[in-house]
Amino acid sequence: MLADLAASEVSLRRFLHGLPGVDQVGAEARAAALATRSIKTASKLWAIDAAISMIDLTTLEGADTPGKVSSLCGKARRPDPDDASVPAVAAVCVYPDLVPVARACLAGSDVKVASVATAFPSGRASLAVKLADVADAVSAGADEVDMVIDRGAFLAGRYGCVLEEVRAVKQACGRAQLKVILETGELATYDNVRRAAWLSMIGGADFIKTSTGKVAPASTVPVALVMLEAVRDFADMSGRAVGVKVAGGIRTTKDALRYLVVVNEVAGDEWLEPSLFRIGASSLLNDLLMQRSKQKYGAYAGSQDFSVE
Amino acid sequence: MSSPRFPYAPAPESRAIVNLRPSYGLFIAGEFVDPVDGGQFKTESPSSQEVLAEVSSAGPGDVDRAVKAARHAYENVWGPMPGRERAKYLFRVARVIQERSRELAVLESLDNGKPIKESRDVDVPLAAAHFFYHAGWADKLAYAGYGPDPRPLGVAGQVIPWNFPLLMAAWKLAPALAAGNTCVLKPAETTPLSALLLAEILQQAELPPGVVNIVTGAGQTGAAVVNHPGIDKVAFTGSTEVGKLIQRSLAGTGKRLTLELGGKAANIVFDDAPLSQAVEGIVNGIFFNQGHVCCAGSRLLVQEPIAEGVVEALQRRLGTLRLGDPLDKNTDIGAINSPQQLAKIRELAAAGEAEGAQRWSPACALPERGYWFPPTLFTGVAPAQRIAREEIFGPVLSVLTFRTPEEALEKANNTTYGLSAGVWTEKGSRILYMASRLKAGVVWANTFNRFDPASPFGGYRESGFGREGGRQGLAAYLRGAFDA
Amino acid sequence: MPEGPGRLAVRKTYKLYIGGAFPRSESGRSYVVASCGGAVLANVAQASRKDLRDAVVAARKAQPGWAAATAYNRGQVIYRVAEMLEGRHAQFAYLLEVADGLDHRAAALVVSAAVDRLVWYAGWADKYAQVAGSANPVAGPYFDFSVPEPTGVVGVLAPQASSLLGLVSVLAPVITTGNAAVVVASEARPLPALELAEVLGTSDVPAGVVNILSGRTDELAPVLAAHRDVEAIDLAGASSQSTADLEMAAAGNVKRVLRPAAGPEPDWTGEPGPARMLFFVETKTVWHPIGA
Repeated sequence: MLADLAASEVSLRRFLHGLPGVDQVGAEARAAALATRSIKTASKLWAIDAAISMIDLTTLEGADTPGKVSSLCGKARRPDPDDASVPAVAAVCVYPDLVPVARACLAGSDVKVASVATAFPSGRASLAVKLADVADAVSAGADEVDMVIDRGAFLAGRYGCVLEEVRAVKQACGRAQLKVILETGELATYDNVRRAAWLSMIGGADFIKTSTGKVAPASTVPVALVMLEAVRDFADMSGRAVGVKVAGGIRTTKDALRYLVVVNEVAGDEWLEPSLFRIGASSLLNDLLMQRSKQKYGAYAGSQDFSVE
Repeated sequence: MSSPRFPYAPAPESRAIVNLRPSYGLFIAGEFVDPVDGGQFKTESPSSQEVLAEVSSAGPGDVDRAVKAARHAYENVWGPMPGRERAKYLFRVARVIQERSRELAVLESLDNGKPIKESRDVDVPLAAAHFFYHAGWADKLAYAGYGPDPRPLGVAGQVIPWNFPLLMAAWKLAPALAAGNTCVLKPAETTPLSALLLAEILQQAELPPGVVNIVTGAGQTGAAVVNHPGIDKVAFTGSTEVGKLIQRSLAGTGKRLTLELGGKAANIVFDDAPLSQAVEGIVNGIFFNQGHVCCAGSRLLVQEPIAEGVVEALQRRLGTLRLGDPLDKNTDIGAINSPQQLAKIRELAAAGEAEGAQRWSPACALPERGYWFPPTLFTGVAPAQRIAREEIFGPVLSVLTFRTPEEALEKANNTTYGLSAGVWTEKGSRILYMASRLKAGVVWANTFNRFDPASPFGGYRESGFGREGGRQGLAAYLRGAFDA
Repeated sequence: MPEGPGRLAVRKTYKLYIGGAFPRSESGRSYVVASCGGAVLANVAQASRKDLRDAVVAARKAQPGWAAATAYNRGQVIYRVAEMLEGRHAQFAYLLEVADGLDHRAAALVVSAAVDRLVWYAGWADKYAQVAGSANPVAGPYFDFSVPEPTGVVGVLAPQASSLLGLVSVLAPVITTGNAAVVVASEARPLPALELAEVLGTSDVPAGVVNILSGRTDELAPVLAAHRDVEAIDLAGASSQSTADLEMAAAGNVKRVLRPAAGPEPDWTGEPGPARMLFFVETKTVWHPIGA
């Protein structure tokens, strides 16, 4: 049935535009209502550990060096050098040319290497260039590839083009998992977010991801809510569970827990696993460690109690 | 109803902030006094059946005292006072409600059974807003559309229900006082406490004695207020049955009257509705406040092509609702207010099954003590069945289908009630088409259960007459306007 | 003020109020403000055209957020201004006695009236739309409604004589309706305006919604009147000789011009009615078909 949809630009458009609309006020009200959930004691501790285990610890700067990546990987494997009970993060996320460094540093651990690709963050390059970018990342040993969709093509209504690119990248990924970044800040409306989510999943995405983190607004709770509804509905229709990654601007434990509540109540607790939910972040990790310390040991920790990345 | 992996853990709001007294007097002429010919009764917490306090019951002599105090204050203090000064008293009250909001919210949840999340985020803020809004009218009545110098009516007798105790007190007192009337307020028998705390707040605001009098008690006290010859105007919110009784007893007396009664609202979902938000709106429409809402969307009218999907989505959504201790910040569904109300809900739910509808509730552990009813859906409901026609006033949704807009209108309007309705569709012209043809005083399009002091609220037909809120709501308390 | 034997008072430096901050004039100029009796009260900043330009920029930036706030919220903020002013009743009364030559009782009455005026306008915020707006019964299957929207950035020449009550009476209607204001204070009596700026700064009024400049009216008014990023101007404080020229300059971008009352300055004590508010709104009318 999904194959039929993609048969033509026209049928794809009809399907995507036939999806129910999203009422902005209602969606934002639901997100705000879920933010009033109060997570305490053992549940909070569980959630903090879950959030840590779902982090894609990220550095995507022009100034990145092997030294910076190596330092990040050390933190990723062992977030708190003084406490072995703290789980490792899910993955480290870097640019393709630094994948070999990350692989070497993470050897022997379960932390995955994720690489951005496809002319991240803008996606403005030919398909050939984008696929070469993916090939580099994969041959360097990336376990996961975070691609960007062509927002220009999407906003111009060329859904078939967007779909073809996702499919081509998925093929080039080989055994690597594909995360598809929608760049929701540029899509601007929740209706577009819903359509782009479905488009990506039809194209074979293993994860749909909110943002590159390079454009404001990045991830917001209502956007994540819409995406979580999409993966839930897609799973109902196709039997395949696609994951969601939220990225950009998630800095505090409070933020992270808000997202976990939404995952729990919108998609369902099957999605509360690193295999189906990720948080792309960097400074969030230390805030989680501080809160974890407070929950476990009672006193507020100081910022110097934990290592920099 | 919580997920095994992420249960959230109990998050109780502390009761310590509330200073519960063992007993309460009547609030007459600015003081708390013992009844002269009434008695005492107990008020309990419906979630635990714990007795919260002893409350005075006003006898006829007490009601007489209260009306006299109101009359005295009207003639000597409040009536002559310039609107500008009345306004400032009401602004003060609004501010103190905001300052003591947590205390009020906890007390309301204890006495009524509603989740703290609702009393904290809806009831108390709206109560403050009603005082704030109406304060601003006190010196602007000339611009309200009722003539250059609209005069108040005198003494208003006001009887309010148990479903939004503090908010209903605000809805009654604020416009009456802004317009220059004085009041005798009778709170519901099962929920007197927040009104008594409001009385303390009025004292804190230094409202002149007698401007507001609060006489707690049951049906007899209410009847005494309504029938007292010293009352110029009656405002009643409650059941249609009692509303009709009151209308009859006022016949021929010349007293002004406004009524806000029951409802059986249709929530109409078209196949082009924004579905996720429609599901939220349906859930909010009937399960907010445990369905103890006159304007609850108790009938879901869903367009046939999407009916099955919507019911499935609803069932999934109901699975995330958390029922339990009203003071837990994560509770979505609180206790039923009284054993009487619980019995009524059970009776009608049983009738639903007996008449052939299919009943469904999510798996839901009910606490041992207290009055509880799980959120419940009935599908396969026919318009002739009792659960499609009678107001249940509980967390029970009846699901019916329709094919065309005309059929939806026919079914929606096929009731003697007419308080509210919901319409869900992305098509603007259809929203306006439906809104213009629905016989309901409030139409919510792509939303539900939205209230604002600036937005007039009230019903058609047997849901009552008169409006509360907005410019239109002032009419009930001014001469030169009529009751309709 | 509180001096005593052996104690020197710390005098206040009066600065401008722009974008929620209190900068000096970029021109570095100041001028002397004297009491009615001629005693020197303070040096106040003499705002320049560049300061005015900055104020308009700040107002423009703040206005959309202020308009997007709920009417309830705006009403509460303006009520808080009243709360803060009431709290400083004695301070303002003293200022009016010393600067404007009012006697003790009269000064107190003026401050009380100013507080009450603010309360009056606070209560209008969530009501004027019901008085000024409408659903219009057009002869066709259309839902047709009219709503008042704020005009945008409003320039205000505050009254020259009534330094507090007059000021509040021209400023409040502008912000109640969701506009942002650039106020040129009374030239000879700017101190209440500058003190009011401190009140605004502590009242939850968002930065830039009100901007207050002290300076020479004849220097600043033409700049404000000609400024193309200002939608409307209140000429209450303009001299009768300059009004025609200011109206001419305002025509450059078709500003809405509120002319000063003919004759001497009003005493501002009477109830103003909704007219001033309704002058600073645009009526937006919307049509939508009604059909299944």
